[in-house]
Amino acid sequence: MRINVPELSLVLLIGPSGSGKSSFAKKHFAKHQVVSSDFCRGMISNDENNQAATNDAFDLLNYIIAKRLKNGLLTVVDATNVQKESRKQLIQLAREYHTLPVAIVLDLPEAICTERNKERSDRNFGKHVIRQQRQQLRRSLKGLKREGFRKLYILKSVEEVEAIQTIDTEKLYNDKKDICGPFDIIGDIHGCYKETIALLKKLNYSITKVDDDGQNYGLSVQHPEQRQVIFLGDLVDRGPNSPAVLKLVMSMVNNGIAWCVPGNHDLKLQRKLFGKQVTLNHGLDLTVAQLEQESQAFRDEVREFLYGLISHYIFDHGKLVVSHAGLKEDMHGRGSAAVRSFCLYGETTGEIDEFGLPVRHNWASEYKGQAKVVYGHTPIPEAEWFNNTIDIDTGCVFGGKLTALRYPENELVSVAAKQIYCEPAKPLIPEIKLTMSHQHEYDDLLNIEDVVGKRIIQTRLRNNLTIREENSIAALEVMSRFAVNPKWLIYLPPTMSPCETSELPNFLEHPKEAISYYRQQGIEQIVCEEKHMGSRTILILCKDQETVRTRFGIQTNNLGICYTRTGRNFFTASDLEKAFLDRAVTSLSKANFWDKHNTNWVCFDAELMPWSVKAQALLKEQYAAVGAAAQHSLPAVEQALEQVIQRGILGAEEILEKFAYKRNAVDKFVDAYRNYCWPVDALTDLKLAPFHILATEGAVHVDKNHEWHMQQIKEICDVDQQFFKATPYKVIHTQDETSVKDAINWWLELTQKGGEGMVVKPYQYISFGKKGLIQPAVKCRGSEYLRIIYGPEYDRQENLSRLKKRGLARKRSLALREFALGIEGLERFVRKEPLRRIHESIFAVLALESEEVDPRL
Amino acid sequence: MLLTISTNHQPGTDLGFLLHKHTEKFQSINLSIGQAHIFYPEQSPEQTTVALLLDIDPIDMVKNRVRSGGGFSLAQYVNDRPYVASSFLSVAISKAFSTTMNGTCKAKPELVDTAMDFSVRISVVSAPRGGEILIRSLFEPLCYSVNIQRHTLDDQFVEWGDSRYFTLELSQNITLKELLSHLYVLIPALDQDKHYFVSQQEIDKLLKKGKGWLSQHPHKETITRRYLLNLRSLSYQALERLREENDTQEQEETQEEKVRQESLHQKRLKCVLKQLKESGAKRVLDLGCGEGKLIKLLLKEKQFTQIVGTDVCYTSLSRAKDRLYWNEMAPRQKERIDLFQGALTYKDKRLEGFDAAAIVEVIEHLEEDRLEAFERVVFEHAKPTTVILTTPNREFNSQFENMKTDSFRHTDHRFEWTRHEFETWAKKVAETFHYSVSFVPIGDEVEGVGAPSQMGVFRYAH
Repeated sequence: MRINVPELSLVLLIGPSGSGKSSFAKKHFAKHQVVSSDFCRGMISNDENNQAATNDAFDLLNYIIAKRLKNGLLTVVDATNVQKESRKQLIQLAREYHTLPVAIVLDLPEAICTERNKERSDRNFGKHVIRQQRQQLRRSLKGLKREGFRKLYILKSVEEVEAIQTIDTEKLYNDKKDICGPFDIIGDIHGCYKETIALLKKLNYSITKVDDDGQNYGLSVQHPEQRQVIFLGDLVDRGPNSPAVLKLVMSMVNNGIAWCVPGNHDLKLQRKLFGKQVTLNHGLDLTVAQLEQESQAFRDEVREFLYGLISHYIFDHGKLVVSHAGLKEDMHGRGSAAVRSFCLYGETTGEIDEFGLPVRHNWASEYKGQAKVVYGHTPIPEAEWFNNTIDIDTGCVFGGKLTALRYPENELVSVAAKQIYCEPAKPLIPEIKLTMSHQHEYDDLLNIEDVVGKRIIQTRLRNNLTIREENSIAALEVMSRFAVNPKWLIYLPPTMSPCETSELPNFLEHPKEAISYYRQQGIEQIVCEEKHMGSRTILILCKDQETVRTRFGIQTNNLGICYTRTGRNFFTASDLEKAFLDRAVTSLSKANFWDKHNTNWVCFDAELMPWSVKAQALLKEQYAAVGAAAQHSLPAVEQALEQVIQRGILGAEEILEKFAYKRNAVDKFVDAYRNYCWPVDALTDLKLAPFHILATEGAVHVDKNHEWHMQQIKEICDVDQQFFKATPYKVIHTQDETSVKDAINWWLELTQKGGEGMVVKPYQYISFGKKGLIQPAVKCRGSEYLRIIYGPEYDRQENLSRLKKRGLARKRSLALREFALGIEGLERFVRKEPLRRIHESIFAVLALESEEVDPRL
Repeated sequence: MLLTISTNHQPGTDLGFLLHKHTEKFQSINLSIGQAHIFYPEQSPEQTTVALLLDIDPIDMVKNRVRSGGGFSLAQYVNDRPYVASSFLSVAISKAFSTTMNGTCKAKPELVDTAMDFSVRISVVSAPRGGEILIRSLFEPLCYSVNIQRHTLDDQFVEWGDSRYFTLELSQNITLKELLSHLYVLIPALDQDKHYFVSQQEIDKLLKKGKGWLSQHPHKETITRRYLLNLRSLSYQALERLREENDTQEQEETQEEKVRQESLHQKRLKCVLKQLKESGAKRVLDLGCGEGKLIKLLLKEKQFTQIVGTDVCYTSLSRAKDRLYWNEMAPRQKERIDLFQGALTYKDKRLEGFDAAAIVEVIEHLEEDRLEAFERVVFEHAKPTTVILTTPNREFNSQFENMKTDSFRHTDHRFEWTRHEFETWAKKVAETFHYSVSFVPIGDEVEGVGAPSQMGVFRYAH
């Protein structure tokens, strides 16, 4: 005998104690596949034979089984399973997870079981126990098949047991993961033969008449690029020529050029053809009449064809799922009556709407799977992606159109219905024209489950990143109390690490270390950009209101948004905000930006000056306050010390010197912050310096080098020099001494003038070094600017030497993780993924920002 | 930070005896975060001046994790502490002049209780939330003549206005011991910041140094409160102990104070509680529960079998748990209550299936353009049968004396609505989500402006 079990099944070993279940399991299944009741007893009571622990042990057993089935793993239950009640519970469990129950019975003679138990010192229960178990088993045998087991194997002797060499696992019928397309997936046809032919031709299929070989119905359909068609069911009913459609589809399926899943109408027809009592309504009457004109042989073939259809398929390594009415994620690739029913009818609530149609639960709104789900069943005016699912039944038979989805291109191709073949019960065109796509409407509200707790986020740049729960907690507060509409938040910038601490005596930071960091990573070309001292902003601009609405799904009078690095709106005054955005958009239009980049929107990374406009409170409460306190207290100190020195008292000179230094340092500190302040009364007092064109329609521009970014931005700045500020930069060769010197001199020049310093970046936006992704940028701040960060007196020798002991590892690790997450947000937005997926990345950046790290870095 | 004390008392060396610091020496003592220097810049027949100079090491200050205020992440590194008279000064005074403060002067004991003409100069003192009025109210009742010079923030940016810093001059005929004890208490009270953790011990210090004068000071409450950094429980204890020192005459005052006016917030919570009870709700939500004041009231009512509080602020929730004695709570009690972090702009399954929700003074903390999300979270998804929502009535703001027009009652308020604005919004929400709504004023109504707070009671119309 050969034993085959489906890949995804729950295998029950059935047999009395001593029948050899554990040995059998050990021989034929892998260690973790077998869940044993004895093991569970031992686990919770230290005694594998403790009968008092039975209830708890089975709780545990069921729990383990449930987790394994949920994860799609073949599971073998090693327990006696001789009672119907205990099997029933397990079968129920298998159904709950849409896996197939299989029974393997070890029906060995009582003597053998008793003998075996005798050999075991730990099993001293009496003969009667085994006898009783055997009796229960024998009583069960007849009804086992009816209990719901898909497969049943009964081994009656030691010889039979030993004859089993291996147990084969077989794939489920729906598993076509190794078939990757390309596909053309066609929605509900309902007997619209002409439209189907037109659509196939539009999709570049050739349809020729050939001799009928009994399989092809006289048709040969071919595609020059060997594409395959997937029919989503509901081939028949309501339309003008269901038999022709059936012949076409059967021909294509038989010849391996098409796949087909059944629809509810097809199933009903099949039942009719099997002679079952069905009501001839919803167009079935028409189909039956049309089939009357065909031969009995054809009708039999149709019956068998429909009977053989598999309710859903998984293609392309699990990336594509097709079924007639869609499929929830936890049912993908599973087999059960519930799965089949879902595929055919969708998820209905049992209620009936005002048109007499079943109210459908919108499973797609809860769908979070990675696989694209393509389905039909519910006629809608336009096919539209929603949470990675798409309904492509565009109601051809009701006078709409027949639609195909090209996979993996994700293009929609349609042909209009030649006429209305059937009046729909519910109008096809919704009464209220939606102003936003279904996805945008849905995305108006995010779910808290998708952000809180410990999270693991898959990113393109750095694989899986873990966000700790305490960081999510902090981010939730910031996000919900201060951030702008999450639909705008497609990016947050990463934190930026400074260069390593300088070895030069009078510097804490110096370009030498910034440049050598990249040189050591094997980067030959870098870009040094002047660091503006303003406020970091993310600026999203749209060409027009229409774009704001359609692409971002936001209703507002503004043409974009300007937000800070923590997602807060940059502006508090709405008229200034509007004027600011309008001016920026006008400049982009003047610079021909939209056409040049073939886009209607753009996301910039920028610095907005002056610093004082956003940091007003900080300046008044902290910086100017410290300056005022110091400047009004230190002169009196000097005066008093001078007086005591004049009195000829010793010991004060050193202290005077120290306080003279302090006064000088404070004056420099005040000068430093003043550099970055000027009053803003009108729009023209603001200066915007973009430095990255992060993304436009269809493109995240991290594949371009920084020189490209600088040049593109320069073109915009040239249009409106009063508003924009181009960022001065230099391209430096890390191996070339003169070039490096040039950068250092430039930095000295910039910082001596009171500049903040510069940002050093690898020439390529995304660069990899010896150990993977390297810092996308490091900053190198000027000595005077650092007073604002480290305090006025930081550069006193004894202070500086203490401050130089600083560690950058944590900051750098954060910078890389935030960089990967930010880019991930953009990539997901550009790919039009649901907001949940974009928000996840952005939320994670904010969460990481709550990590404790030295704020001076 | 420099403190100078001058006197015309003769001979000038007496000051040296009193302070136990030689007038011809430059002396330094070590403090935990730097040094204090004591020296005499002046000694002439006309005047003798002693200077106490604080030389604070900013990096030591960071290492010792000196507390510093606000959400400013660099506050530890960039702050006014080295330049301002603060609790550091009190520490320095008590360390440098301990003998004087203890009232001992071995060489010339008669000087201890001799009043002299002293003038004191401090550059600079900080007096946040009080300014000149506060400074005068602290020193003038102690008979000082007070001279104050206020400093601007930055003379290049006059539009930024004045700073919270002053150069302070005080003069009086007084004993040095008293003078130092006044400075010891009043300087940190002005500054309202402490470089160390404020504990019970602080009360003892305050009472010791304030002995003999603080209990009679007309502003003893302000001083106590500010000295103890507004820590309610500590200042309450301190005031109680201060009163014990006093005679019975003042006891009457205490009685009076106990009958405090019921605060607006208490009124509001009572109103909300009443509505919740009347709604017949059993399972109730407190959305934006803060530190759990309403939850505490709800727990006392048998009617409420399940009480769930949420707040977006995790620290508030922890405080709420402390206030409810969460860890010691009886299991039966605990079964009724749950607290978790939630944000009202995210859809949340955990909020579904309740009879009522209280949303007390919450919406004004949301940006107006996020209200739509809030409405859907509460009224479309959580969908409690009753929603009780309160928000300030902007019209009433005119009744608050110290409020500037166009400002809000709380810095985090994003908007405050008039009665009309609130009602328009509430009716729109009610209509959209199939609720009915009625309105109730909270607090005493004033003609023309209404009550201080307003409440909307929403009921789901099946």
